[in-house]
Amino acid sequence: MANAGEAAKAAPWRDPGARAYVQIERVSKSFGDFKAVDDVSLKIYQGEIFCLLGASGCGKTTLLRMLGGFETPTSGRILIDGEDMSGVPPYERPVNMMFQSYALFPHMSVEQNVAFGLKQDGVAKGEIAERVGTMLDLVKLRGFEKRKPHQLSGGQRQRVALARSLVKRPKLLLLDEPLGALDKKLREHTQFELIGLQDKLGVTFLVVTHDQEEAMTLASRIGVMDHGEIVQAGTPAEIYEFPSSRFVADFVGSVNIFEGKLLDDEPEYVRIGSEELGGTIYVSHGISAAPEAVVWAAIRPEKIFMSTAAPHGAGSDNVVRGAVQDIAYLGDLSIYLVKLPTGKVVRVTQPNTSRHAEAITWEQQVYLSWDASSPVVVTR
Amino acid sequence: MRLLAPLRRVGISGRGLVVTLPYLWLLLFFVVPFVIVLKISFSDVDLAIPPYKPLIDWVGKNSLAIRLNFNNYAFLFTDPLYVHAFLNSVKVAFISTVLCLIIGYPVAYGIARSTSTTRNILLLLVVLPFWTSLLLRVYAWIGLLKANGVINNVLMALGVIHEPLEMLYTPFAMYVGIVYSYLPFVILPLYANLEKMDWQLLEAAQDLGCRPWQAFYKITLPLSRNGILAGSMLVFIPAVGEFVIPALLGGPNALMIGRVLWDEFFSNRAWPVASAVAIVLLLLLVPFMMWYQSVQARESAGTR
Amino acid sequence: MNYRRSAFIITCLAFGYAFLYIPILSMVVFSFNASKLVTVWDAAHSPTLKWYYSLIHDDEILDAAWISLKVAVINASGSVILGTLAGVGLARFAQFKGRFTLNAMTTAPLVMPEVITGLSMLLLFVAMEQWIGWPAGRGITTMTIGHMTFSMAYVTVVVQSRMATFDTALEEAAMDLGARPLKVFFVITLPIIFPAILSGWLLAFTLSWDDLVISSFTSGPGSSTLPMVVFSKVRLGVSPEINVLASITIGVVALIMVGVSLWMARARRLGKKAAD
Repeated sequence: MANAGEAAKAAPWRDPGARAYVQIERVSKSFGDFKAVDDVSLKIYQGEIFCLLGASGCGKTTLLRMLGGFETPTSGRILIDGEDMSGVPPYERPVNMMFQSYALFPHMSVEQNVAFGLKQDGVAKGEIAERVGTMLDLVKLRGFEKRKPHQLSGGQRQRVALARSLVKRPKLLLLDEPLGALDKKLREHTQFELIGLQDKLGVTFLVVTHDQEEAMTLASRIGVMDHGEIVQAGTPAEIYEFPSSRFVADFVGSVNIFEGKLLDDEPEYVRIGSEELGGTIYVSHGISAAPEAVVWAAIRPEKIFMSTAAPHGAGSDNVVRGAVQDIAYLGDLSIYLVKLPTGKVVRVTQPNTSRHAEAITWEQQVYLSWDASSPVVVTR
Repeated sequence: MRLLAPLRRVGISGRGLVVTLPYLWLLLFFVVPFVIVLKISFSDVDLAIPPYKPLIDWVGKNSLAIRLNFNNYAFLFTDPLYVHAFLNSVKVAFISTVLCLIIGYPVAYGIARSTSTTRNILLLLVVLPFWTSLLLRVYAWIGLLKANGVINNVLMALGVIHEPLEMLYTPFAMYVGIVYSYLPFVILPLYANLEKMDWQLLEAAQDLGCRPWQAFYKITLPLSRNGILAGSMLVFIPAVGEFVIPALLGGPNALMIGRVLWDEFFSNRAWPVASAVAIVLLLLLVPFMMWYQSVQARESAGTR
Repeated sequence: MNYRRSAFIITCLAFGYAFLYIPILSMVVFSFNASKLVTVWDAAHSPTLKWYYSLIHDDEILDAAWISLKVAVINASGSVILGTLAGVGLARFAQFKGRFTLNAMTTAPLVMPEVITGLSMLLLFVAMEQWIGWPAGRGITTMTIGHMTFSMAYVTVVVQSRMATFDTALEEAAMDLGARPLKVFFVITLPIIFPAILSGWLLAFTLSWDDLVISSFTSGPGSSTLPMVVFSKVRLGVSPEINVLASITIGVVALIMVGVSLWMARARRLGKKAAD
């Protein structure tokens, strides 16, 4: 499924010569003693859907508000399409925002809400009517023009908010937890609608969310934030498969992390001895780490094979034994918590490929193994 | 506003303009008068218009004499009439506040715990007298309390008494009048406070073994503290300086300082003394007013 | 304990409301009493409307009512402007020079005894007349200024508390869409808080209409307000015309209140902070 626009497919962030549409340069924001945003630098390219992902309090909303002009950076600057936004108030920026609570004007109709921004710009009446009409068509709210916000459902209000913020064709659209208020089914549906809209209009999106599923689905690139800093920025695949730290590995999806020390450090492979694991991990690529450094190997649950018999051709690397402690059956897959002799509990997920498979049960002794390419080694 | 850009360079912002107008108005018409009252409280009575001598006088060609007459204040503190009036006012206000709380708290509680429609009707009924002229409502009590008034007539007709009770122009009438007039001022803040309470706390308490009255005493009462304080201040402070009710219902023995001030001013034309009374009254009440403000600040901080 | 069946609370409610309303109802009842003694029911000639006719033709009361009306309307309108500015300023601007003072000045009049406020304002007017020649004597102008000073404090409180529940995201959204702050205030904020401003107007009107003490201090010859006339009459005892005045007042207030509360309940559905 397309979780990247046309522009994103070209991966402009890999091209050192490409000009960033939105440049955030060393921006910090402090509230008294509290540093909400700490020296953040980021480049966002035209046509991207960029997601700021993080837990509450990590600074993502503050960063968003600085882009919108509702907070001023304590230091650093923001450029949009080459223009420095320092001192530029929200009503003069080529940026529009979709608020978490939608913030629809309760005393105005759907039509008036959507037309509001165009009226402020002094657009001619006829053109306003035309553009509002087109927008309402796009969000599938034709026929709702005269309704007031309190007469709409949550999903409908969200679409009005979207229409209102897009009708001005802003250079950058900021979305604050856009899908948070919707129930699960509606959320999935809206996610794909959002992507489709963005593709059609070519607007650059910046989405703020704490929901990693949302981020993974929507984004062409994700910026993971923690304590005011961006700890890693990359495509969803990069973030998931190549996390740069334990925090990122643990934040996005589930992961098993084993602490250990380097036993062999070669250009093409490393071997890590982990007491937690009670064994060794052989990783088929080199890493750069100081000798004697403590490292962590992160292995995703779906990349671990579980079997009742010992795996063939096994050396002593990348294999351990354990006992099944807990099972959660989720229909399409099952999650197994396997306790190792060292006490560590490993999370394994397996798709239920067969309806009549021999089920692995509680207390059962199993072998866990994985490919040499599966572990990701992180040094912080 | 593009108009503001040049102003901003001079340091005046749009925000500043918004609050400037009310600020200046209140400064001129609310604060400055107090300075003038203070000044006049130090001056002498004069048979002139206005009936006080100026404080600052030219003596000879190059010297100014400032005369501060402390007699007015000395008079206040030594004359038994004033001392008695001050103390009586505080006493009356205090007792009235307590009575208002005793009657008003259950009413506020009852309203807060009613269902939505009942509650709106009850609230409307409480607020309605508040919007009706105080003067007229106090007047109503004249009709009720006088010798051939409603209460006496009813009691005599029922045979409960054989001679009319003397109720009007007594301290009793004054208490009734004050409690009656200020009751809504206690009910409304209390209601506002109780309405925000989480009633599940009481259920939790009872679940843990508390009897209903204990739960009220240990949970509801402490949590409604801000409402009680706000309501008390809204009664006590104005009641100390109350004039209308003592004048209409109190009779000659009901000495309240508000009435004393009025009489000094209108009947005796003794403006300096009246000013001194006002200053002392103000000093007496300022700590309570500050306390009220801090209670309000605490209450609004709690709801954020 | 099922609260609803608490006999104690219901008794207290009954007593409380009876206490509040018996005096009011007795005034209304006796306004139809033919006897001049008011509280002694003259069964032979009552109920009668003769005191109603008498009141409507009482020039002194009618003139005073007219003056009260003028002062109350000007006062309410002026207080609403000052009070809205102060209320919005205090609610929206977290920090500004003089905030503490403004806050103190808008809460003090709410609790201060009126004799103090009245006296101080009169002395101000006298002093001003001495220094700059204005105001020349006391009358409607000085009375209106006096009323406005304490009424605006009430309006400030009403507006400020309404602004506290106002969703700031609405103002930010309007700015985000290109509206300058002043425009946002008039096009977004004001229409939504309008019911609060209206109730502030009504509050200021009522405070002025019913005010006795401050009016007495700040008025001049020929500018007696209705409460002042009523006061001089009731100092001497009961008067049937006053009962009639009370009944009419209560009737009008009750009608307006029911009307306003129905309208406000409808308006309350708009602009509430909680997004459904």
